[in-house]
Amino acid sequence: MTTAVETKTMTFVGAVNEALDEALAADPRVFLLGEDLADPAGGVSGATAGLSTKHGRDRVLDTPISEAAIAGAAIGAALEGRIPVAEIMIMDFITIAMDQIVNLAAKARFMSANRTPCPITVRTASFGGLGTGATHSQSLEAWFMHVPGIKVAIPSTPADAKGLLTAAIFDPDPCLVVETVALYGSRGEVPIGRYAVELGTADVKRQGSDVTVVAYGRAVVDALAAAEHLGTTEGIDVEVLDLRTLVPLDTDALRASVGKTGRAVVAHYAVEFAGPGAELAARIAADHFGSLKAPVRRVGARFRPIPAARGLEQAVYPSAERIAAAVRETMTFTR
Amino acid sequence: MTSTAAKTSAPVTPDVARQLYTTMVLSAACDERLRQGISRGEFAATIWPSRGQEAIPAGFGAALRSDDRLVTTYRGLHDMIGKGVPLVEVIGEVLGRRVGASRGKGGTMHITCPEAGVMLCTGIVGAGVPVAVGLALAARQEGSDRVVAVCFGDGATNTGSFHEGMNLASTWQLPVIFICQNNLFAEMTPIGETMHIDQVADRALAYAMPGFRVDGNDPEAVYHAVSEAAERGRAGGGPTLLECVTFRFKGHYAGDPQRYMPAERLAAAEAADPIPRYRRKLLETGVLSEEVLTAIDEQSKGQVDEAMNAVLAAPPPEPDELDKDFFLDMKGIPT
Repeated sequence: MTTAVETKTMTFVGAVNEALDEALAADPRVFLLGEDLADPAGGVSGATAGLSTKHGRDRVLDTPISEAAIAGAAIGAALEGRIPVAEIMIMDFITIAMDQIVNLAAKARFMSANRTPCPITVRTASFGGLGTGATHSQSLEAWFMHVPGIKVAIPSTPADAKGLLTAAIFDPDPCLVVETVALYGSRGEVPIGRYAVELGTADVKRQGSDVTVVAYGRAVVDALAAAEHLGTTEGIDVEVLDLRTLVPLDTDALRASVGKTGRAVVAHYAVEFAGPGAELAARIAADHFGSLKAPVRRVGARFRPIPAARGLEQAVYPSAERIAAAVRETMTFTR
Repeated sequence: MTSTAAKTSAPVTPDVARQLYTTMVLSAACDERLRQGISRGEFAATIWPSRGQEAIPAGFGAALRSDDRLVTTYRGLHDMIGKGVPLVEVIGEVLGRRVGASRGKGGTMHITCPEAGVMLCTGIVGAGVPVAVGLALAARQEGSDRVVAVCFGDGATNTGSFHEGMNLASTWQLPVIFICQNNLFAEMTPIGETMHIDQVADRALAYAMPGFRVDGNDPEAVYHAVSEAAERGRAGGGPTLLECVTFRFKGHYAGDPQRYMPAERLAAAEAADPIPRYRRKLLETGVLSEEVLTAIDEQSKGQVDEAMNAVLAAPPPEPDELDKDFFLDMKGIPT
């Protein structure tokens, strides 16, 4: 799928903006809808800045604060062959749109025996880490993994932000793309021009031989920091596998990496209990039961509402330190 | 803005009268036959009977163009027939056979038939309303003057989806005809216990939208009201709310003992059955003769019997249906 070769340095949010810009330019059926998207607001975090000015307000639609109607209107348009990209400003607000996404979009192709497929894209963002408290900080992706019928992509780098969003917009099935506001300012090399990352392809962000850290989204950044630290100070060679999409799941990459290292830590910002890592750890344990050198460890958010005060919030979320501690545990485990 | 009757626009020609009466009789015959089969144990199925409400789809079915869209609900078999979905597809889906609209994967509550304009049928009360807004948005984006009718019950007008959808359709002035089939009961609770307004049509006032209360047991009144609303929508005049007041003869689901229903109230409603009422009117006004009406009665019953026999002779879905029409690309999708 990678077609572009030239790259430029961009921020994460800039890459999101570029993916939307290029999709709007590439296909007249593409349109955006959501709260505060049009200029001069240009999105609450600037993800859609300039797009209504460039492509018109009939392609970048400001909506009322009506998450069910945003999702529902996207669904209706998609049923007619349009290509809507709906924004749910903060992931916690997706609770209001759950019925539409879960009961209509995810089931439309199957329930209709392919007569009314519904390839919407829903963009949303996790605001965790900004001290905004329990209703503006959640990572709820496990809910969507649990619903048969919707793809779930969570980029960790600017290049993946562009590539996964582009793929999602033009995917024939409904997709949820979860961005991370704490990463919006991060910079990286991003391919110029049309660039799509095939959904369901994990990416080894760092090669290693001792332990695989399986992560996605913001936890990839923490995992890479932990790997650097462990490699330089403790001689532990950590591989970081960025899943990039939870559905579809790149089980081949997962098997290959853990098959090589024999140890696995699963890390994410979603709540650890019954989180995505539970499914991943179960799969790893089943696939590598005889060859695992240590039990699979999980590092997720603690099972608490996300507190607002900085110190408390940090105590709930994963971190490079917590991931490093889990890696050490897999290294020192003895039967 | 509300009134007890909409302006008369489209005339009721003998051809229109014939279509109105035929839809009513055909819908009732289908509903009767399905309930008969369920109660006798001839087949296992669930329906939410529409008996008593047939004048509404008769009216909108005659008023709308074939390319106009419809969104309806689980109590929508009469709506399907009014919009022209083939009987075999309807009955086949209710019975879960290979000839059903979605080969048994949707069921009674989830029949779609885009060829007849039926884009969505929901089992979640109120959920179809925002989707209708999206369908109408797509029509505008395509430059089409088609309109979208969305049916729902009185209970749905108490949901957030309804109000979000009404507001968005009004804000964007989209050609949506909101058709409330007010059968005076939300599942098993009478309307007076669930809203503190005299008529649902008044809810249009909140959205600066034309709202009319219509005799939902008079197919010509519905026909006029929908024709006028469609005309306004096609001309760019935005949405309309129609409250079609009717009654539900057979309870919430087939077999409902209706313990909540005062016997005299049901008896009075059945005595005013809209089908014999319209039949008498057509005879008295000389629009259709007894011979013609009897022929319609017999042909309708014959069509239902023929469709039912075709469905009963059809096989159940193939076992591999579970792997069809899910994601278009199944790579990485859990089994």
